[in-house]
Formats: sequence, structure tokens, C-alpha cells
Amino acid sequence: MGIIKRDLLLAIRRQSDVLTTLFFFIIVVSLFPLSVGPEMNMLRAMAPGVVWVAALLASMLSLNRMFSNDYSDGTLEQMLLSPQSLSLLVLGKAFAHWLVTGIPLVIMAPILGIQYDLPSEALLVLTITLLLGTPVLSLIGAIGAALTLGLRGGSVLVSLLVLPLYIPVLIFGAGAVEANMAGIGFEAHLSLLGAFLLVSLVLAPWATASSLRVSLE
Amino acid sequence: MLQGINLACVRGDRELFKDVNFSLETGSLMQVRGPNGSGKTSLLRMLCGLSSPAAGEIRWHGEAIRPLNEDYFAAMTYIGHLSGTKDDLTVIENLRISSALSGFEISSDQASEALEYIGLGGREHLLVKVLSQGQRRRVALARLLTCKTPLWILDEPLVALDVTAVKLIQGVLEQHLQQNGMIVMTTHQEIDIAAASIVQLHLA
Repeated sequence: MGIIKRDLLLAIRRQSDVLTTLFFFIIVVSLFPLSVGPEMNMLRAMAPGVVWVAALLASMLSLNRMFSNDYSDGTLEQMLLSPQSLSLLVLGKAFAHWLVTGIPLVIMAPILGIQYDLPSEALLVLTITLLLGTPVLSLIGAIGAALTLGLRGGSVLVSLLVLPLYIPVLIFGAGAVEANMAGIGFEAHLSLLGAFLLVSLVLAPWATASSLRVSLE
Repeated sequence: MLQGINLACVRGDRELFKDVNFSLETGSLMQVRGPNGSGKTSLLRMLCGLSSPAAGEIRWHGEAIRPLNEDYFAAMTYIGHLSGTKDDLTVIENLRISSALSGFEISSDQASEALEYIGLGGREHLLVKVLSQGQRRRVALARLLTCKTPLWILDEPLVALDVTAVKLIQGVLEQHLQQNGMIVMTTHQEIDIAAASIVQLHLA
């Protein structure tokens, strides 16, 4: 779709936005081994949680920009007046947001996981959970970004709105890796993450579209 | 035909206007006039469906526009105060993307032709952020040349334009009216457009 191409083109023209998110993620994940010390067992135990919390915060960092630039230059107005379905346009924007902020995290996570001495199978599970979970973060985040559009202090508000909604993804994302390391099956966790993804694919674009219409009224 | 029936607009606890009635036939132009803050932009945003009136109804060919939405959007082009262009895209990218968004895919030749006509020839590949205010306005107005919608809603389209561009745009508007189009616009300038009928709507 055209909107995905457009947002990717804009991201290429403004690479600093993309790199900020990625470096934030890398730095937060790397700070823990440095501060906690080289205690292997402890690092292994905390790895899934740390990586997931860092991913949550990193994806939130860029949420504000999802609609605010389009809002201030009037292109969002034009999207609302487009004969194409607004929900589909929103889905396209969320997909582009994920490609730009989610995918780099998924790629970096297994490399950063080595710092925590994670076994290779756990690294694989971590990557799969991020692959399933980060699109949910973009989709749910879009609702928050749409609701806080044009408000003063919107960036703080969006974190208060969205972080509680991220909790289930966090629990089952980190839980899958822990379950794998404990030797219990992690498939149930993955199925739940997949279910979250499907539900948010259906509901989030619609909710975001309605919020945008209210925000621009 | 575009109709407004007993429209009212409330901002905060202040009533901007009420009981606004009009009816716009094909081939005619409606100029909305009134002092600053009288609700001209609010009225136009209502007409294009961005906001809903506090009271009254807007009808497009006899049907209320509210549940009509996407069919109505396919027949309407709105150019507001904000240019609707992206600073980090080039002139031609902006035109092609915004046309595609409003449902009219155009080739790069068609886009160049429109930009040439509107006086941006040779600047197609500049980023919009390096353009002047008037040139940005031209990029936004170039959309009028590529869209094929019957109803145009224009909020101060002539602002920031130089004398030649104002003439050029008036020519484009005139041609649209001759092809049975409809235009609703606000402007503080005196306009010189030959149209079958010009409706003046005064907001107090």
C-alpha cells in the first residue's frame, strides 16, 4: 500500500528517529550486565524480563511521532478525508512503524542476549516472542498515540495509557523464554502471543481510526 | 448539489453561528465571508465532514453526508490552512502521494505536467522544506489539477500567492465551474471569477 511506502520513505529521510529507538534499546539492555556484575546465573534469570521491558520502552519512545507529524502538517486531515478506509490506512501506518522500530529490535535482541549468557535455544525463543509481540506493541500504541494527539504533554500521557495495556504481552513474552529455560514447554505462551496479535490486528486499527476522528474534530 | 440546513456551530460555550442555510447547485461557487473568528474555517471543516455541526444537517445530493462518508469523500477535495505536504518529501512525491491518497493514481508524467502548469516546473525534485510559503501553497493547489472530484472546498486558497499565481488559480477555478463543478471557498481578497452563479454567505 502507498501509505507504507510513504512512511518508509520518510523514515529513510529522517534516519535519526529510527536510530534513536534502536540505540536506546541497545544501551538499556547493555546497562544491566554492567551494573549487576558478571554473576551468570542471575543474569540468565533476569535476561528475558530486561530485554522485554527495554523493547517496550523503546517502542514507546517513537509512538508520539506516529501521527503527530502528519497532524501538524495537515496530511492526517487528508487521510481522514480519503475515500480509502481509514482503518486500513492506520493498519498501514502501524505496519510501517513496526518495520521501522520493531524489526531492528527483533534483529538486535539475540545479539544482545549473548551478554546475558543465554543458551542458543533461549535466544531463538526470545527472538520469536519479540517477532510476535512487537507488532502488538505498534498496534496498541497507535490507539494511545491517536487518543493523545494534539494534547499538551501527550508523550507522558501516552505512556500512562499504553503501558498497562502492554502488560499481557510483557508477561507472556518474557514468560515464554523463562519457561523454555526451565525446561517446560513454551508453546502455550507463544499461542497466547499469537492470539494477542490477531485480536489487536482486528480491533486496534478500528479503535485508532475512531480516536483519530475524535481527536481531529 | 450541496445543501446546508440550519447549521449551527458551538466552540466552547460560545455560539459562532446558527441557522445557516444554503444550497449550492452544480456550476456555482459559494464564497463564505465574515470577519476573523466568525467561524468560516469551522463551517468548511463541517462541510467536508471533519467535524459535525452542533445542529442541522449537511446533504450531498439529498443524502446526509454523515453516514455517507467514504462515498462523499470520493466526490470532494478539501484544501485547508495546513498545506498537507510533507517537508521531507520532494514536490513530485508529495503530489503523487496525496493524489493517490484521494483515490487518483497519477503517473510521474502527469504529475510533472500539473507542476509545470502551476509554475513549479524544474523544481519537481526539490524537498518541500526548501520552498517558500507561496511555493508550498502551489504544491498543495496542484492537487486540484490532478483530482477529478466535482466538489472543491477551499480555505483561503489564494493566501501567500503572488499576482500571477492568483490569476492562474482563478483560471483553474473558472474552468472547474464550467465543467459543472462546485466550489465552496473563503477568501478575504476580491475574486474575479466568471461563474453561472456566485452565492455569497455572510457569517456575522
